[in-house]
Amino acid sequence: MRAKEIADKLGRTPNKLIGALLEYQKDSPNNYLTEQDIKDIAKEMNAPESRIYSLATFYSLLSIAPRGKHIVQLCNDVPCYLNESVNIKEELEKKLNIRMGETTEDGLFTLEFTSCLGYCEQAPAIRIDDKMYGNLTSDKLTDILSLYGGEIK
Amino acid sequence: MKAKNELIRKVLTKRIDNDNPQILEDYIAKNGYSALKKAVSMPQIKIIEEVKASGLKGRGGAGFPTGLKMEAVLKAQGAPKYIICNADEGEPGNFKDRYLMENDPHLLIEGLIICALAVGAEHGYIFIRGEYQKSIEIIRNALEKARKNGYLGDNILDAGFNFDLEIYTGAGSYVCGEEFALMVCIEGKPGRATYKPPFPTSEGLFNKPTQINNVETFANIPIIIQDGGEAFNKIGTEVSKGTKLVCLSGNINSPGLYEVPFGITLRDVIETLGDGVPNNRKIKMVQLGGASGPCIPESMLDIKLDYKEMTDNDLTFGSGAIIVMDDRIDILDILKRTLTFFRHESCGKCTPCREGIGHLFILLQRFIDKTASNDDLKLVEILLETINQTSICGLGQLAPTSMKSVLKYFREEFTSRIDKSYVKQAFAGGN
Repeated sequence: MRAKEIADKLGRTPNKLIGALLEYQKDSPNNYLTEQDIKDIAKEMNAPESRIYSLATFYSLLSIAPRGKHIVQLCNDVPCYLNESVNIKEELEKKLNIRMGETTEDGLFTLEFTSCLGYCEQAPAIRIDDKMYGNLTSDKLTDILSLYGGEIK
Repeated sequence: MKAKNELIRKVLTKRIDNDNPQILEDYIAKNGYSALKKAVSMPQIKIIEEVKASGLKGRGGAGFPTGLKMEAVLKAQGAPKYIICNADEGEPGNFKDRYLMENDPHLLIEGLIICALAVGAEHGYIFIRGEYQKSIEIIRNALEKARKNGYLGDNILDAGFNFDLEIYTGAGSYVCGEEFALMVCIEGKPGRATYKPPFPTSEGLFNKPTQINNVETFANIPIIIQDGGEAFNKIGTEVSKGTKLVCLSGNINSPGLYEVPFGITLRDVIETLGDGVPNNRKIKMVQLGGASGPCIPESMLDIKLDYKEMTDNDLTFGSGAIIVMDDRIDILDILKRTLTFFRHESCGKCTPCREGIGHLFILLQRFIDKTASNDDLKLVEILLETINQTSICGLGQLAPTSMKSVLKYFREEFTSRIDKSYVKQAFAGGN
């Protein structure tokens, strides 16, 4: 069982819970923690389910709702805004044919806003899964998204 | 106008010369870990005295003297003691910690080891925000290398002292940059702040004495020990010692990270280092420190980067972000974005922050829609003061800063959008 594997690797103390959840979610094809996942982790780590829920709903890198295979996060803060992140938002929505907060029909991408990514000197910036991309333009976006497969408009 | 190289002073960034992270061998070849070698033969209190003599203040924003903090942890009762490096860099406009971690990871690690030695800690955490995967990877590799070469682990440099470091990854929460929220996150709970005191120096992580500092603060330690506190003390101004990493972003020709000595002006940074605003536009507003920092007009840019001068002008420079905005911006639109950020990131524990920011948001929208009344303006001012004074942690206390400074320096942005017919209408109904 996956929960046991992770708990064996990280340890079963409460301070390993967040790490365990992040690791668990990483393997999920839909980038989220299912009800069953939460039950499994709670059991394996000897923590109440309510505690796991409190973590999964507090931290923005964790989700309890299904998402796409790749999470595209656009910085929503001032330094990116000043560098026209609004245009990047429109480009992303157009290219993926979804609105912010939605997932593409093929389940490949979820588009969401994020707080500052710390890439302000390369604004506007996005993060796809674990990778950052800065100094974005429309052409660059097409190239970047095509790295992740799927049809780009 | 001064030349760029007259303004830059490379102390922390002196070893960084290309885009690849500095590997252990390079770091050692450039005299790295020699401060640690020096420190292991010094009595604990002597190390702390050097830090005190240097005049180093915390670089995370609050500016607390680092030597005093270390002394408090050394003298605190309780064991074990912990060291925490706050690398949860989430303040919009800041990227200096990422820059240091990605480019010179061993400088940070050496600083942490020296502090551990000085305060008597055997275990430490580097708390890196989950979004910084590249930093996490680089620090992880650097830790492994340091461990293999006897700089971490048991009996470090055969000096009979043990210390190890662990990376703790955040899971996406700005408030975890606040020290108590950060510590409860390490304990495996939602990152919510608590009342102070007690301070972390006496009851920190797992209720044990803890030295918690920012990445840049720790990175200064090897330099202080290597060159001596007195030499470090000569850089900067009378009350602000050393250099500062500034993060320049926004509407600027050359955004980026610059290391400068304290005492240069904001104008030097923006106009000389940053090459000014694109397309010769005018600067409308500059925000210092990030979303939680004050907004000032162009006329105040001759203020120096200095703790005292900033305080005298009722300003702070936080952790070093400088966000430049040109004359195309709508100031209230910027404030709305800033409030959106705080509303999202508020942990929800205390009422003034959780509810207050939401109400500010509603009131601000009235000004944007030009439907606000005079009373709304009064209400905004009361609310700003209340949130600032009664929130538990720095997030709530500083969330009003940008709006307060706009009301001070750009008041007409609000007053010009008051609906003057409002009062008349209110009385029109009676007779």
